[in-house]
Amino acid sequence: MSTRARLLVFGLGGVALAAVLALGLGGLPAFGHYHGVYGRRVAQIELGARHATDYVTALNFDLRAFDTLGEEFILFGSVTGVALLLRALREDARHELARTLEEHSFAGASEALRLTALLLIPMLTTLGIYLALHGALTPGGGFQAGVVLAAGPMVILLAGRYLALKQIAPDWILEAADSAGAAAYTLVGLGGLIFSAVFFRNFLGLGTPGQLLSAGMMPVNSAAVAIEVCGAFLLTWTEFLDQSLLVRR
Amino acid sequence: MTVLQTVMLVLVILSGTAVALISEPLHQVLVLAIYGFALTLLFFCLQAPDVALSELVVSGVGLPLIILATLRKLAERRDREDA
Amino acid sequence: MSWLLFGAAAWLFIAGLWGIVTSAHLVRSVVSLSVVQSATYLVLLGVGYRSGGKAPIVADIATRSKLVDPTVQVLVLTDVVIEATVMALLLALVIQAQRRFGSVDPGDLRILHD
Repeated sequence: MSTRARLLVFGLGGVALAAVLALGLGGLPAFGHYHGVYGRRVAQIELGARHATDYVTALNFDLRAFDTLGEEFILFGSVTGVALLLRALREDARHELARTLEEHSFAGASEALRLTALLLIPMLTTLGIYLALHGALTPGGGFQAGVVLAAGPMVILLAGRYLALKQIAPDWILEAADSAGAAAYTLVGLGGLIFSAVFFRNFLGLGTPGQLLSAGMMPVNSAAVAIEVCGAFLLTWTEFLDQSLLVRR
Repeated sequence: MTVLQTVMLVLVILSGTAVALISEPLHQVLVLAIYGFALTLLFFCLQAPDVALSELVVSGVGLPLIILATLRKLAERRDREDA
Repeated sequence: MSWLLFGAAAWLFIAGLWGIVTSAHLVRSVVSLSVVQSATYLVLLGVGYRSGGKAPIVADIATRSKLVDPTVQVLVLTDVVIEATVMALLLALVIQAQRRFGSVDPGDLRILHD
């Protein structure tokens, strides 16, 4: 289809879409006047029923834990797809190329960049662990914590030491972390099934609200998702970077 | 809507339109990072700190890294096929 | 000005679609797709907002105060992280497309004849 025909079809379709969107979005309640019942009900019962002070994480990992299971496995599936697609392009000549990697253009990172990277790595790792464990108490949770934890080792790449990153986080560790996180989350749900006859019911002790070990299975779920997301993101990034740095095909 | 929310929303509209209009993918990546940051500020003003946290990390670190690595691989392959 | 948020979401949706339709580079289509996705975040968060409401975290405020809806924030939160991995999958497909067809122009992609 030529460019002009494509633009014409988009013009017609775009006008129709704009009309439908205006109709649909105009029929919503005015901004700021939310009438939903579910949100208010959750806000009333959450603190008493689950001893959690962060309602968003509580919904994510306890009341709607089944949805999070589905989303987690979407993540798992996409990362498997990326690994499948990009590993088919790899050759066995990696070990020869690895020796020439240090002469690569960005291995000459400046001293300031290396010092900043050295300072950033423990800060990012600590922040990630904090976010994962305090998910039920303050803003945080498994998903954010996983991405922040994955950003830590990537700073090693920015300092120009990609081989060091491959030594710290080889493929098998990342795959193990990804799979272990997904499996741990499912096992917690099955534990609810075994001990309380409901899949993903909160069967661990609830504790005092505001303490670290409160809200039952929420910190456990949060930590499992954080490990899985961290492994998934690092695996994706190293797959892409292996493509451009180590493969010659 | 408060004044702060309106200002952030205008920033989001401007940077989002810029991302869609730029034709070179390499330039788009930088504007995408700015767009993600504007979205983060808007999410803060809409009283959603968890969402703002994840948007900040994903669009500041996650997406640009992947897109830059892809662009580099594509350029390398094209140079090798031309040579 | 309450229509501004939903109007902005509709505008971003159409602008992202325009970016996909007029792109001559597959990576540009993928980046415009992420703009389209972020329009849905705006709609979701706009639906759940309550005027004068606070963030749904009661660690330091009274539990009876007015809060914005936490349900839609859960949806957007997981969506943001999953979007990044789906973009990665699409970009891996772009690399494969360049290997098979030799170009990243959407107009040059043909059905494989073998």
